[in-house]
Amino acid sequence: MSPIISVSGLTKSYASGFTALKSIDLDINRGEIFALLGPNGAGKTTLISIICGIVNPTSGTVLVDGHDITSAYRAARSLIGLVPQELHTDSFETVWATVNFSRGLFGKPKNPALIEKILRDLSLWEKKDSKIMELSGGMKRRVMIAKALSHEPQILFLDEPTAGVDVELRKGMWEVVRELRAAGVTVLLTTHYIEEAEEMADRVGVINAGEIILVEDKAKLMQQFGKKRLKLHLQSRIDAVPVALAPYHLELRNGGMELVYTYDTKSERTGITSLLSDLRDAGIRFADLDTVQNSLEEIFVNLVRK
Amino acid sequence: MNFRAIQAIYLFEMARTWRTLLQSIVSPVISTSLYFVVFGAAIGSRIASVEGVSYGTFIVPGLVMLSVLTQSISNASFGIYFPKFIGTIYELLSAPVSPLEVVIGYVGAAATKSIILGLIILGTAGLFVPLHILHPVWMLTFLVLTAVTFSLFGFIIGIWADSFEKLQAIPLLVVTPLTFLGGSFYSVSMLPSGWRTVTLLNPVVYLISGFRWSFYEISDVSIELSVFMTLTFLVVCMGLVWWIFKTGYKLKK
Repeated sequence: MSPIISVSGLTKSYASGFTALKSIDLDINRGEIFALLGPNGAGKTTLISIICGIVNPTSGTVLVDGHDITSAYRAARSLIGLVPQELHTDSFETVWATVNFSRGLFGKPKNPALIEKILRDLSLWEKKDSKIMELSGGMKRRVMIAKALSHEPQILFLDEPTAGVDVELRKGMWEVVRELRAAGVTVLLTTHYIEEAEEMADRVGVINAGEIILVEDKAKLMQQFGKKRLKLHLQSRIDAVPVALAPYHLELRNGGMELVYTYDTKSERTGITSLLSDLRDAGIRFADLDTVQNSLEEIFVNLVRK
Repeated sequence: MNFRAIQAIYLFEMARTWRTLLQSIVSPVISTSLYFVVFGAAIGSRIASVEGVSYGTFIVPGLVMLSVLTQSISNASFGIYFPKFIGTIYELLSAPVSPLEVVIGYVGAAATKSIILGLIILGTAGLFVPLHILHPVWMLTFLVLTAVTFSLFGFIIGIWADSFEKLQAIPLLVVTPLTFLGGSFYSVSMLPSGWRTVTLLNPVVYLISGFRWSFYEISDVSIELSVFMTLTFLVVCMGLVWWIFKTGYKLKK
C-alpha cells in the first residue's frame, strides 16, 4: 500500500541550537489509525506542525498523497484536517459561524447539510448558535474537531485529542474516529493516554528526543515486546515462595493467596509447564489461573527508558 | 486563487466590525464631531479662511484622513494580531491559502471598514460645514489608496507586535503625531520656512495634500507627487508583507 504521508530526513533545529527533530523517516499508510507516542518534548507536535505548514522544517521532505508540503502546499494542506493540542477558539464567534469559516478557508463551497451532520455527530447541534466562550472545555474540543472535519479531509491529525476530556466524552470521540476510519480517513493521533493508542491504533510509532525509535503494528508490538503474567489463585495461603521455585522469580501477592509468574511470549519455552509441575511437587494447589498481557504503556515506558 | 478563502476571511473580519459597531463606527464618528466642535466652531471661528476656504471646511479632508489612517492601522493590526494572540492563527497557517489571499482577506476587510468610516465622517462633516468635492474620482482614489496602504501597514504592525503594548506603540507614538503634523488642521504654507522643509519629510503630508486637492484644488505639494508618494508607500508595505510570508517572520517557528 502506498503511504499517504511520507516523511524523509526531516530535521528541525532552532536558532538556540535545540534540535527538535533529528532526520525523521516515517510513512503513514492510507486509511490507518496511527498513534504517535512519546514523552513531553519528544517532538510529536513539532512533527505534526511541520506536516501541516505551521512550522518551517530545517531540512528534509514531506509528501502528502504525493504532494510536497512546500512546493505543492495547496494540494497537500487541502487533504489535512488538524485538531491542535491547545484549545484555540474564537471565543466571540458562534459554533456555526466558526465551523463554516473553516470550510470556506479550505476553499470548499457552503454545505449546511454536511456541517449539520458533523455537529450532530459531535453532539454540538444544540449549541450551534452559542458563542464558543459559553461552551465547556470538552465542547470546545469538539468544536475544534468539527472545524477540522468541516472541509472533508482525507487525513485527520489529532494532537492529544482527549486531553482534559472526561471518560464518557473520550469514548464518544473514539467512536467518531472509528467512523472516520471506516469512511476511509487516515488518522494520525498523538496521545499521552496509552489506552487511547491501545484502543484505537492500527500502528504505533514511538518518538523520543526527536527520533523515531520504533514503528510497529500495534498487535505485533504487543506481541513482540509484551510479556505476559500468569496469575495463580491459590487454594490456601502460603507464607513464602518455596526455595525449589526460586528459579521462576515468582511474586507472592494478595496476602499469600496469589502467585504471579512473568514470562516472555517470544521465547520458545515459556516455562509454564515445568512451573505447574514444580508447583504440584511443592504441594501448592491453585483454584484458578489467568494470564494478563503487558499494556502498551509498560512497553512504551520500557522503550523510552532504553 | 482560493476565492472562497478570501471571502471567508473577509466576511469573518467584517462580521467582527458589525459585532463591535460601537467601537468600530460610532466612536470615531463621535471623536470627529468633537474635532469639528473644537477646531471648526470654537477655534475656526477666529480664523478667517485658509487659501480662500473657510477653516471649518478646510479641515474636512484632514479629519477624514486622520480617521482613515488610524482606523486602517487599528483594524488591520488587530485583525491579524488577535488570531496570533489567541492561537487561532494555526488554522490560517495550515489552510491551503497563499499569502496574497490572506492579505487580500484581512487588508480588504480593514480597508473596507476604513472607507465606510471615511465616508460616514464625510457625511457627518456635511452636517457642520458645506461640502465641495471638485474631483470626486480623485477623492475616492486617494481614499481607497490610503485605506489599503495603511491597512497593509497595520497588518505588518499586527504581525510584528508580540504584545498589546507593541500593538499600540506605533499608532500612538508614530502615526498619530505624523498625522497631526501632516497638515490635517493647517496648511504647510502657514509654517515658518524651516519647519516647512522638515514637514515635507512626513509622508502623511502628501496623502492629506492630495486628498485636500481633490476637494478644493488647494495643496501643499503637487498632485503628481502626492500620488507618487502614496504609491511608493504602498509598494514598500507590499514588499514587507511579501517578505514576512516568505520567511514566516513572527508567524512560523
